Amino acid sequence: MTRLAGSEGPRPTVSPAAPVVEPAKGGRRHLLSVAELGAEGIAEILEVSDAFVEVGRRSIPKVPSLRGRTVVTLFAEQSTRTRLSFETAAKRLSADVLSFSLDTSSVKKGESLRDTVETVAAMGVDAFVVRHTSAGAPAAVARWVDASVVNAGDGWHEHPTQALLDCYTIRQVLAERAGRPSQGAGVGCFVGLRVAIVGDVRRSRVARSLVLAMGSLGAEVILVAPGSLLPPSLEGWPVTEVSYDLDAVLPHVDVCYLLRLQSERGAGAFLPSVREYSTWYGLTARRAGLLGDGALVMHPGPMNRGVEIADDVAALPQSLVLRQVSNGVAVRMAVLFMLLGQAPVPGTGVSA
Amino acid sequence: MPEPSSRVGGPPERATPTVVIRGGTVVDASGERLADVLIRSGQVGEVGPGVAVPRGATVLDAGGCLVCPGLVDLHTHLRQPGAEEAETVETGARAAALGGFTAVVAMPNTDPPVDSAAVALEVLALGEGATCLVAVAGAITMGRAGERLAPIGELASMGVRLFTDDGTGVQDVAVMRRALEYARGFDVTLAQHCEDEALARAGHMHEGEWSSRLGVPGIPAEAEEMMVARDIALVRLTGGRMHFLHLSTARSVALVAAAKAEGLAVTAEVTPHHLTLTHAELAGYDPVFKVNPPLRADTDVAALRVGCSDGTVDAVATDHAPHAPERKDDTLDAAPPGMLGLQTALPVVLGALGGGKCNGAVLGLLSWRPARIAGLARHQGGDQGGPIEPGAPANICVIDPTATWEVDPLRLASRSRNTPWAGRTMTGQVRHTLFRGEPVVVDAEAQR
Repeated sequence: MTRLAGSEGPRPTVSPAAPVVEPAKGGRRHLLSVAELGAEGIAEILEVSDAFVEVGRRSIPKVPSLRGRTVVTLFAEQSTRTRLSFETAAKRLSADVLSFSLDTSSVKKGESLRDTVETVAAMGVDAFVVRHTSAGAPAAVARWVDASVVNAGDGWHEHPTQALLDCYTIRQVLAERAGRPSQGAGVGCFVGLRVAIVGDVRRSRVARSLVLAMGSLGAEVILVAPGSLLPPSLEGWPVTEVSYDLDAVLPHVDVCYLLRLQSERGAGAFLPSVREYSTWYGLTARRAGLLGDGALVMHPGPMNRGVEIADDVAALPQSLVLRQVSNGVAVRMAVLFMLLGQAPVPGTGVSA
Repeated sequence: MPEPSSRVGGPPERATPTVVIRGGTVVDASGERLADVLIRSGQVGEVGPGVAVPRGATVLDAGGCLVCPGLVDLHTHLRQPGAEEAETVETGARAAALGGFTAVVAMPNTDPPVDSAAVALEVLALGEGATCLVAVAGAITMGRAGERLAPIGELASMGVRLFTDDGTGVQDVAVMRRALEYARGFDVTLAQHCEDEALARAGHMHEGEWSSRLGVPGIPAEAEEMMVARDIALVRLTGGRMHFLHLSTARSVALVAAAKAEGLAVTAEVTPHHLTLTHAELAGYDPVFKVNPPLRADTDVAALRVGCSDGTVDAVATDHAPHAPERKDDTLDAAPPGMLGLQTALPVVLGALGGGKCNGAVLGLLSWRPARIAGLARHQGGDQGGPIEPGAPANICVIDPTATWEVDPLRLASRSRNTPWAGRTMTGQVRHTLFRGEPVVVDAEAQR
C-alpha cells in the first residue's frame, strides 16, 4: 500500500498546502492524519476492513499475517476502548504486543519522551501506536524512530482510526439498507451525505479527522456548536455550513454525530455550565424526534449520558455506538496490516 | 556604589594590529564609495582609494565586498548566568562576530535576571574579553514579575540604556505607567515585549488557519496589538520613550506608524524570521519553528516588510534565543519558544528586504539605527551613527553579498542548534569582522 504516508523526500516546509506528513525513516509508513489518505486511501482501508470483519466472524478470529512483528501501544493519556481495540487488532493479526503507559514509566523519573521512545524502539519495534495529550506527539515519534507510527489520538489534533471506523460503520449500514454486501460497495454512498458534527469541535481530535474524511469522500459537513467550542478559524476545512441551532439542523441530516463534551470546571471554562450545554446542544428524546427517517446517530464514546446524548436516545435502533466499537477492531487490523503486512491474509484474497 | 571588581576595570589590553581592508565598497549612512580602509590603534585611520599599506600591516581582501559599520543587535539572549548549557556570553559573542555584529544588547531574562547592579556587573565582566561589545539591558521590574520597579537609576548610572522584562510584557498597566514616568529622568528607553498574557498564555503558535487545523492552542495577533495600543497610550500619557520589541503583526506596524505620525517617542524592531517565515512552517509540528511572538500569516510578513521600507520599523533585531537540544526536541507544547538568529540574520534580511542587494537602507536597519536606540551610536562612529571615517572606532564588517553557504546547525558557533534555516542555502556572507580594530573574523572563520 502506498497511500499511507511514507516518502523519503525532504520535510515539507514553506508551502501552506503542505499536508501533515512526516518523512519516514528508511521508507517507513505512518498514519498520522486522515489528510494523508485522500478518498482513494480511505476507500482502500475500508475494503481491507471488510476482509477483517469477515475474519472476525470466524470461530478462531485470528490470522498469522503479522507473526514475528512487534507492535507497541504507547499511551500517555487515559484510554480504554482505543487501547483495547488496537491491542485486540494486533493480537488477531498474531503480532507481539507490548503495552506501555507513559504515566507509569520512566518519564516520571525525568526521562524525556524522546529517550523513552528511543529506548523502547531499541528493543526492536515495528510499529508504535501513540496516544498523547500533545498535538503532534506521533509526528515527533515518527521523527525519532525507525518504525511505523499510528496516531491513536493526539491532543486536539486527530484520531484517524476513529474517523475510519466511523466511515466504515456508515458505509456498512447504508449497504445493509440497500440490501447489498458491504464488500465492494466503494465509497459512493458518502457523496452528498449530510453529516452534522455537534459539540466541542474546537478541542476534538475526532472532529478534525472526521471532517477531513467526510470532505475527502464528498459528504456535506455541518458543524453545530456554541461559538466558544468552534475552532478560531475554519480556513481550509471542507465544511458546508456552521450553525448554532441544532433544532434547525436535525431535520435535514443523514448522520448526527455527537462529540464528547470535555469536563468544564472553574475559570477559563468554555461554557457557563454542562446543564446549559445539554439544554441547547444535547440530543434529547425530543430533538431525536426531529431527525428524519433513517438518520443515524453516532458518538465516538465514551458517552456523557444526559449531556450530549440522552440515555434513551443512545438506546434507539438508529444509534450506532456499539457497532462503531466492534468495527473498530477490524479497521485497526486493516491499518496495521497495510502498514506492516507482507503476506496475504489467508482465505480472503487480501494482500498488502 | 561598591568598588567594581578588578575584572570590570576596562577591556583587557589586546594588541591591535594595523589592518588595511582593500578593494571594497564602503557603505555607511553617508553613502557608498570605492575605498580602502586603513585601521590603526583600534580606529579608522584613513579612507580612500589606493591607501598605502604600512609595513607589517595585515591586508584583508574585500574585492567584490561591502565594507560597513559593524552590525548592532538590539535583542540577544546570551543565557548567562543560568542557562550556560544553551549559550554563554563567549559563544554568543562569537556567533555575533561571525554574523557581522560588533555589538549586542544582552537581554535580562537570565537566571537570576538583570534586576540588580550585581548581575549587570557579572554580565558586563563576562563580556569584556568577548569578540563583540556586550551591552546589557536591565529588567523593568524585580524578578521580571511585573510588580515592583527594578533599580533603573542605579543600572542607568552603570551605563545600561535599555530596560525590558522581555520574555513577558509588563502586564499591569499602572506599573508600566510608573516605569515610564520614573525612567524619564535617566535618558533610558523602556522596551516592551507586547503580549497580553490572558489571551496568549495557553498558546503555542499563531492563532489562525494552521493552529485550527493542527489542533494547537493559538496566540491571537490581538494579544500583541492590545499591548502595543496600550503602551502607545501610556507614552502619550507620560511623555516617556518606548521601544517595541519584535513586532509581528500588520496591525502592530499600523499602530506604530500612527504613533510616530502623532510625534510620540516610539521606535520598533522586527526579527529576520518574522520577515520571512509564516505559521505554515508549523505544519509538521517541528518545535524549531516555535517562537514568541509566533510566526504569523503571510499578510503580516508583507506588512512588516513594508514597515521596514517606509521607516515605521527602525531596526531588525535577531531575538537570538538559544535552547539546548534536549529541551527543544520535544513535543510542540512542551518545547520552549525561540530560535537562533545571529549568524543568519544578515543574509535572511538581505533576501527579504534588499532583493539580494546590500545597500545603506538595509544596513541601516541592522547597524546605525539600532545603535542609536541602544545608546551605542558612539560605538559606531559618532552621534550620526555609522560613518566610516578617520577617528571612528574600527567596528566594521565586510560583507560578500553574492557568496552562498549552507546552514549546518552543528557548525554554528552557538552552543545550541535551534536554527530554522538548517539545510537552507544563504546568499550573502560576512567575510571579515573587525571589533575595536581586531580582525575577529577573517574569511568567515572566527579567529578566537
